[in-house]
Amino acid sequence: MASLAATFGRGAMTNHWKDIKNTDVILVMGANPAENHPCGFKWAVEARDNRGAKLLTIDPRFTRTSAVADRHMQIRPGSDIAVLGGLIRYALENDLHHADYVRAHTNATFVVGEEYDFADGLFSGFDEAASNYDRTAWDYERGPDGYVRRDASLAHPRSVFQLLKRHYDRYTPEVVADIAGCSVEEFLQMAEIICSTGRADRVGTIMYAVGWTMHTVGSQIIRTAAILQLLLGNIGRPGGGINALRGHANVQGATDHAIVAGILPGYLKVPTPPQTSLATHMSESTPRPLVRDTVNYWGNYPKFYVSQMKAWFGEHATRDNDFAYDYLAKQDGDATWLSIWDKAHQGTLEGFVALGFNPLLAGPDVPRLLDAMSKLKWKVVIDPFMLDSAEFWKAPGMNPADIDTEVLYLPSSHWIERDGSFTNSGRWAQWKEKAVDPPIGVRSDTWILSELFWRVKELYQAEGGAWNDPIQHLTWDYLNPREPSMIELAKEINGYDLRTGRLLSSFGELTDDGTTSSGNWIYTGSYTEAGNQMQRRGTDDPGGLGMHHDWAFSWPANRRVLYNRASADAEGRPWDPSRAGIAWNGREWIGDVPDYGRTTPPDAAGAFIMTEEGVARLFSSQQLADGPFSEHYEPVESPSPNALHDNVPINPVIRWYDGVRESLANGDDDYPYACTIYRVVEREHFVTSNVPLLVETMPDFFVELPEGLAEEKGIANGSQVRVWSKRGEVQGTAIVTKRIKPLRVNGKVVWTVGIPVHWGFIGITQGSMANLLTPFIGDANTRCPEFKSFLVNIEPAGSARMET
Amino acid sequence: MADSLTIRRVSASPDAYIPISALRSAGPTYAKLVDIGACIGCKGCEVACKEWNDLGVEPTANFGSYQSHKDLSPKTWLLMRFNEVEVDGNLNWLIKKDACLHCEEPGCLFACPAPGAIVQYTNGIVDFNQENCIGCQYCVTGCPFDIPRFDVHTRKVSKCNMCVDRVEAGLEPACVKTCPTNAISWGSKHDMLALADKKVETLQSRGFQNAAVYNPAGVGGTHMMYVVPHGDRLSDYSLPTDPTASPAPMTALGFLKRVGAYLMGFGVLGVLGHFLRYGPERLDEDGHDEDDHRGPGPASGHGAVPGPGAFSAPDAPAGPGAAPPVA
Repeated sequence: MASLAATFGRGAMTNHWKDIKNTDVILVMGANPAENHPCGFKWAVEARDNRGAKLLTIDPRFTRTSAVADRHMQIRPGSDIAVLGGLIRYALENDLHHADYVRAHTNATFVVGEEYDFADGLFSGFDEAASNYDRTAWDYERGPDGYVRRDASLAHPRSVFQLLKRHYDRYTPEVVADIAGCSVEEFLQMAEIICSTGRADRVGTIMYAVGWTMHTVGSQIIRTAAILQLLLGNIGRPGGGINALRGHANVQGATDHAIVAGILPGYLKVPTPPQTSLATHMSESTPRPLVRDTVNYWGNYPKFYVSQMKAWFGEHATRDNDFAYDYLAKQDGDATWLSIWDKAHQGTLEGFVALGFNPLLAGPDVPRLLDAMSKLKWKVVIDPFMLDSAEFWKAPGMNPADIDTEVLYLPSSHWIERDGSFTNSGRWAQWKEKAVDPPIGVRSDTWILSELFWRVKELYQAEGGAWNDPIQHLTWDYLNPREPSMIELAKEINGYDLRTGRLLSSFGELTDDGTTSSGNWIYTGSYTEAGNQMQRRGTDDPGGLGMHHDWAFSWPANRRVLYNRASADAEGRPWDPSRAGIAWNGREWIGDVPDYGRTTPPDAAGAFIMTEEGVARLFSSQQLADGPFSEHYEPVESPSPNALHDNVPINPVIRWYDGVRESLANGDDDYPYACTIYRVVEREHFVTSNVPLLVETMPDFFVELPEGLAEEKGIANGSQVRVWSKRGEVQGTAIVTKRIKPLRVNGKVVWTVGIPVHWGFIGITQGSMANLLTPFIGDANTRCPEFKSFLVNIEPAGSARMET
Repeated sequence: MADSLTIRRVSASPDAYIPISALRSAGPTYAKLVDIGACIGCKGCEVACKEWNDLGVEPTANFGSYQSHKDLSPKTWLLMRFNEVEVDGNLNWLIKKDACLHCEEPGCLFACPAPGAIVQYTNGIVDFNQENCIGCQYCVTGCPFDIPRFDVHTRKVSKCNMCVDRVEAGLEPACVKTCPTNAISWGSKHDMLALADKKVETLQSRGFQNAAVYNPAGVGGTHMMYVVPHGDRLSDYSLPTDPTASPAPMTALGFLKRVGAYLMGFGVLGVLGHFLRYGPERLDEDGHDEDDHRGPGPASGHGAVPGPGAFSAPDAPAGPGAAPPVA
């Protein structure tokens, strides 16, 4: 999501599920929606069958999605940037980009400062000692008015457009084929179809998921795709977009409500220790416009922030106390997954609360994770089912006598057993009703968390303690303070006009003077005086594009397609009248809820209201840690040198935790095969290991390997096979398949092995944990672990393991 | 709208042999259409089938495939079969929903010697009534698609019943309801044929020159039809190229019935001759009446057709009074 925000201003799927039916070309890459999003995938099938859309897959495996696609191209895990970079070059080289769109809606015209450079695998500003970049080296050039200098002709050698052309010029079809292992012909055939959408009357979409995020270059893979879609003019348009498919029913909702480290609900920023006052936090968090004609909507940051503090601390958040700014903990360092477990590994983390997930199976390098968990003093697991994480001391190879960790397991209700809302990938918050009562004695998450809060509060009242005020002053005025209802929480999230007690109907009403509250500004409008908007079930669809504005609530402001101002040209005429997002009728915008002022004339401001530039960023000047453009770097464990710059083979600014370098295979022959892990449709992560009929459909842990490799190793289909990395080993049933082929990468044959994630030592059937194999390393921006590409060896189970 | 079920054919009864031409006018029939080109093999239908029909879990193990079980079974009426095939250098992962096709001329029913163990409703559904099944497994050999499965514990045979209880209540079968990609459609056979043609056209426009509808004439057409992207490679989908409803048991049985009727006729003639020659028999002292001497006629055998109270067969009235329309 980091890279979508870095490109467009918001980190979310740009379009929505049903909108996929409006497209001409669907590129599925870094995703396998037939497998992992079967219900939403129906819209891809509908586009294919009803519109004649081309459905394409690019993946290390021929997947269930490939089975119904028009064309499939196999690539090596971790070569995505090379392929996408090649597509950018192909579009520019053949003049297939949507020139009018690029000029009107991207920063192609912006001039970059003289300091910017890229040479030998490094951008300018690299600090080798600190392993990071000084991003000021990537600044735009300013004019005398203080705004960014622009060149409408795009001819300036330091214009973003020219820099972009130069940067991706190295990604020739031959280089792509060399890195990814596909053939030049295959790539060109794909490129021709994908780049056919760079016209006003054609539009293409990209569907991706964790196949892109789970790399050390995850953010930059998505950036490359976003750049491609901007060049082709596919962002903001019905049938277009870059669509992040979220894994569980409510991942988008969880992200919106700050499940990711470093953000507050609504993508506000967690204050840091140097920000000693509200004023500093505001000034460092509120972007200033880079051009004259921009809406710069994040300029309203103070309104969102103050309203959130009013929701949390009510009358205790006043102008005089900086709206309780000091009540919030200041985040020092990063609290991402890898960093948390690194702390535990070092023995400096005391306890861990796992709420609604199975951390032991969900994280990389399980041997390291088991060691880290054993060093915790206590661990609380709150879940409807007994989890491997709660019984980690029972894992194969563990000796419970050596472990002092106290584990508390609190059975909680399942989402089927409570009301609430789910926010789907397409940002639709849909209310759901409880289907059944939880078993007797099982409590809801809200009961458990409220009780935790009250007991801490009462302890503080009885015994006092450090920094008591935030705990005593936290607003908790629910009808039953020991178990707030979902309706009460939904209203609190929506927010009130505190002078009248009226539920707000739009975040446009939020103020920074303490007269409004909102728990999460992007959800303001979801529960208004007119009722619970998430509960709406109107099926009208006047435009026929599947927008359904009367169905549920879509953040922000019930808008169905983000950045829809870009669906029209500079004058406000839709690029494609048959698929109009919004259109300017001379007085106002009609169609979708405009991502723009409803009566703001088309030429008054840029289309991308969430960026300081007012346009989308082909060049992401300050947003990402590892470069304003993307670059192909190999996975930390790779079967191949970097064909572009062998001196900088991997992402130079990833964070290395203690002992991780030693846990990696470094190009030796002991671990010659590329490996990737994934999910299967029959199972939903780990929770379905308790559902007999689903376990039956895919009973056992397995290892997929290509026919040729199986032959070489003497592995028969259906036999037991052992796979090991430098970190751990797994054993399972071999599925010998034609769906993974050997690839020729930089002149060398590379085999790929595939492993599903759904098994552990708890559940109806047990199996190896896939993450016994994966490396403890993550993306330079998000620290999302590199689950998708690493090295292994393989042999028939039963024979002696090759010692290294 | 709920549909009442009416029986069209009953196994081991004269109703099994109604000529197809006489049935066609009986009214609309249902059909399920499986678009293999839109199927992602998620097995949602497999699970829904087990849930609705309460078939229960059948322990299984991965045998080197995405396929859950090696074969259909009394507990697995619907099985997704996976097959990797290269066509003109392009890999195809053929995924087929394997289950009863509900033939218009059902070989299983024709083969069944147990009265009422297999029925075909006028809506086209072929259903097994286990309470009448004698476990002989003739239906297994009679089926050209290798669908029915014998349960060694219950000594009965079973297969997909097209969720006949749902259909009777106006609902679609469970597999249709659960399919996430609309790969399974449900409606009148007429509508499904039209939809199938449209889908074949779409496939052909996508480059599948040999796309075809699988609705084999040898069994009079089926009430589960497939849209097959590679219509020239049916065996890769494990679909027989030219299935027929094996007429052998039916003909043999018909012949035997005819022989039986002739023999009975000769018997009657013999009795008549005896009567003409020797005259009426006199009653003895014990008062035996005529009934004791009346042998069972052909019509009585017909009367053994089971008629569960809810079922009726107006098109081909069954019952003791009806004459057997022996072919």
